[in-house]
Amino acid sequence: MFTSTSFLSILPEMLILALGIILLVVEPFWKEERRRDTGWLTAGGLFAILIISLLVGRPGEPVATLGGMVRFDWLGFFFKMLFIFAAGITALFLMDHEKAGRRGEAYVLLLASTIGMSLMASSADLVMLYLAIETTSIPLYVLAGFMLSDDHSTEAGFKYLLFGAMTSAVMLYGFSLLFGFAGTTNLYALAAALQAGRLTAPVILGVIFLVIVGLGFKVSIVPFHFWAPDVYEGAPTPIAGFLSTASKAAGFVVIARFFLVVFPGFTLTWTSLLAVLAAVTMTAGNLLALPQKNLKRMLAYSSIAHAGYAMIGIVALSQLGITSVVFYMVAYIVTNMAAFGVVAAVGRAVGSDEYDTYRGLSRRSPWLGLIMLAAFLSLAGMPPFGGFVAKIFVFAAGMQAKYTWLVIVGILNSIVGVYYYLNVMKYVYLYRMENEDEEKHPIALTRPYVIALIILALGVILVGTVFAPWFSWSSAAAVNLF
Amino acid sequence: MNFPVLSIIVFSPIVAAMVILLIPAERKTEARGVALAAAIFALLLSLWAYLSYDKAAAGYQFTEQYNWLPQLGISLHFGVDGISAPLVLLTGVVMFTGVLISWGDFGEHVSAGIQDRPREFFAFLFILASGVFGVFASLDLFMLFFFFEIAVFPMYLLIVIWGWDKTREYAAMKLTLYLFIGSVVALVGALAMYWVAGQNTGVYTFDLLQLEKAGFSASFQNLWFLPVFFGFAVLGGIWPFHNWSPDGHVAAPTAVSMFHAGVLMKLGAFAALRVGIMLLPEGAKYWSWVIMLSAGIAIVYGAFIAFVQTDLKYMIGFSSVSHMGLVLLGFSTLNRDGLLGAGVQMFSHGIMTALFFAITGMIYDRSHTRQIPELGGMNKVMPFASIGFIIGGLVSMGMPGFSGFVAEFPIFLGVWKTQWLVAVIASISIILTAGYVMMAISRVFFGKMPERFEGHITPITTLDKVAIFTLSLLMVVIGLFPAIMVPLVETGVNNILRLLGGL
Repeated sequence: MFTSTSFLSILPEMLILALGIILLVVEPFWKEERRRDTGWLTAGGLFAILIISLLVGRPGEPVATLGGMVRFDWLGFFFKMLFIFAAGITALFLMDHEKAGRRGEAYVLLLASTIGMSLMASSADLVMLYLAIETTSIPLYVLAGFMLSDDHSTEAGFKYLLFGAMTSAVMLYGFSLLFGFAGTTNLYALAAALQAGRLTAPVILGVIFLVIVGLGFKVSIVPFHFWAPDVYEGAPTPIAGFLSTASKAAGFVVIARFFLVVFPGFTLTWTSLLAVLAAVTMTAGNLLALPQKNLKRMLAYSSIAHAGYAMIGIVALSQLGITSVVFYMVAYIVTNMAAFGVVAAVGRAVGSDEYDTYRGLSRRSPWLGLIMLAAFLSLAGMPPFGGFVAKIFVFAAGMQAKYTWLVIVGILNSIVGVYYYLNVMKYVYLYRMENEDEEKHPIALTRPYVIALIILALGVILVGTVFAPWFSWSSAAAVNLF
Repeated sequence: MNFPVLSIIVFSPIVAAMVILLIPAERKTEARGVALAAAIFALLLSLWAYLSYDKAAAGYQFTEQYNWLPQLGISLHFGVDGISAPLVLLTGVVMFTGVLISWGDFGEHVSAGIQDRPREFFAFLFILASGVFGVFASLDLFMLFFFFEIAVFPMYLLIVIWGWDKTREYAAMKLTLYLFIGSVVALVGALAMYWVAGQNTGVYTFDLLQLEKAGFSASFQNLWFLPVFFGFAVLGGIWPFHNWSPDGHVAAPTAVSMFHAGVLMKLGAFAALRVGIMLLPEGAKYWSWVIMLSAGIAIVYGAFIAFVQTDLKYMIGFSSVSHMGLVLLGFSTLNRDGLLGAGVQMFSHGIMTALFFAITGMIYDRSHTRQIPELGGMNKVMPFASIGFIIGGLVSMGMPGFSGFVAEFPIFLGVWKTQWLVAVIASISIILTAGYVMMAISRVFFGKMPERFEGHITPITTLDKVAIFTLSLLMVVIGLFPAIMVPLVETGVNNILRLLGGL
């Protein structure tokens, strides 16, 4: 049965699909030198979709649509908007990428992956969920290995594919166990089956383990993080930014929905497991970020650490906890995209991501330096940037749930974070280029970079200062799980 | 009547910072001009707020409250009382004189102040100033933290970019990590307070005035008092967590040293008082001996270390530890005299160290050394600076007729009432202080000027003189007419005593 509600529930996905088809049709007719405009079309189209969805596609009371495959609620909707935003920004960053910017396939793959993420955020059925995860991942495998002439990129794509395929197979096994014992694939029906005691405790524990493998890979928590540094380093920088933000947020929304909906009666089991994983993830991510000399690798480890912080909110298992996770994802997406945007801009100009190439950046391009400063301070959790408020909310949720030890681990970790983030800023602001002639080497920024970076910089500051609206939306999303 | 003076004071520096950043990099004079204008603006407003504070009415005045995040009870709530009004004024004064000192544009022959990227320098300095104003004016725990962190991170950049190139990277990172660790430890305590207060009263709020009435149990207060108090007091240079402070002073450029010693250390002490003692009074009573011990050690130990320093900035840095120890010692008495003295001492010491660091900066910029034995005879070239330094020295020794006496006398009185032995031991520092200050004055300003400096030392500029004059004047005026500050601080102290339960 196809009603207007079910139409609305997948409106963003359908619009993105339409945009993708338009791209596929239009792009071959364009001349080689015009192909870059595909990026404008993608970004513009995505922002139009964002506005249309916000205007007409808002959900009301949570409903199951399309035969229970999709749940139409604020949680899914809010994350869809985030993914569309992130994809639009990524398209802007991609435009002037040397190898990928002029190839329409890159944008189409980006859109395909965004459709998958959007469905991940709203799927309410194991089959749908699995399909959505694969729809997200497969285009990203290709995108990570997009630069075929570059060994690092090929390695990144292949590594990502192997890890992804393996972990998703493990997760699928977990799903099949659930289906086998409960006889249904719908998440909400599964919850009822569990309530009725149709699954024994060992099976539940096994399922939880197996599913955490798959989702842990998506959000890159330890010990499923090994792919992240290599893939980020090798993948085209805008794609690495997309991987570390949108793809991670998609993983978090699935974790939140899956565990809270299916296992509400077994919270102690999985929260204690996730709490330990969160503590290990934060610590390992931060400690491994310390000795890095390559900015993309450092950001990879830092993104692992951030997955750990955000996990505290899930572990807290309260409305505030989930709200804080959603808020954290908002702040983290704008912040980390800004960081990767700067890396992409600098990397394009100097051709390397080593710390040393950032010497004298603030003299070469003062505004780029300032945006980088804002992004890195936000990652470090300093006000008035988004990262500060997000961290406080997560820690507050942890304290409320009496996870004081976890909050203390988080706080110790954020101190380590301050050290390595500021360490990079030392290159940007203090160290100078070899001949101290920075004025002669300005970093040229093309228009897409300027637009995207301004949006992101404003976003980082807005989320960190005027946080009430973001908090309200996050909490409207979180309330759907309780 | 509802002129939002405090929010204008708090946000005007950050707005000025944005304006300064929009000026093209090569137009340095315009950047400096905007900075000076903004500093004068903030100074005048804070002076106005100070003078028009109604002492008879007492309590929190110029209050403004805007809902910021009602779901969690976070509001932008500003207001000053008798303790914080002088500190807001202090920040205005230090900001104004700091800009004057850093002007750095005197043609070719003098290399003083900030010449490299003044635009970024003033922007970061003003972001810091906004944070400082915010902490002093905030009546909301969340916002207090927010501004506290804003006041901390620009220090890193200011020191690492414009600092003394020998130690700046080490000192800046050390300072940032110490302060960040301190503040996040206090944050855990603050979050615990938030949840427990919510459970007790049913209202979840970060509002400090509400949290005062939360009725925390004695065991809760005893558990969380030390992390909260010491977490903040790290920024106040409390022993044994004072180590970052002298290193930071030495590595920082002149104006930043002034801010750092003059205002930031007060920030730590103030936050420790406002959050630690005022929200957890039972805990304060239970642990007051720990604060007293730690402050007593800081006073004597700081003075001894200052005594043996040959680097002028290290000497002042350690004397700051010693003097801030007096502030915390005043807090630890929890009685009227001690708190009153501590309140005045925060202001007096802020002005005094700002003056010391300003003059030290002037000397260093011209002689390129801060080693006391290598200097001499500066009085001939910069008599104005030497008078300023002597006034600062007299304040630092606690001479009657200067603000230092108005502050230190009540502190010792208060300590005498609680623990006379501590008062006796702490008074050793007065002798030591007199010793090292006198020695520094006589070696640096008098005696024979070394030959290599003859003819190379240029006199100080008019801007420098204005700064020295402003700072010296305040110390003398408060020393001669304590009535312009003491009754005001006393209204604030009354409020603290009310919370402590004994008036």
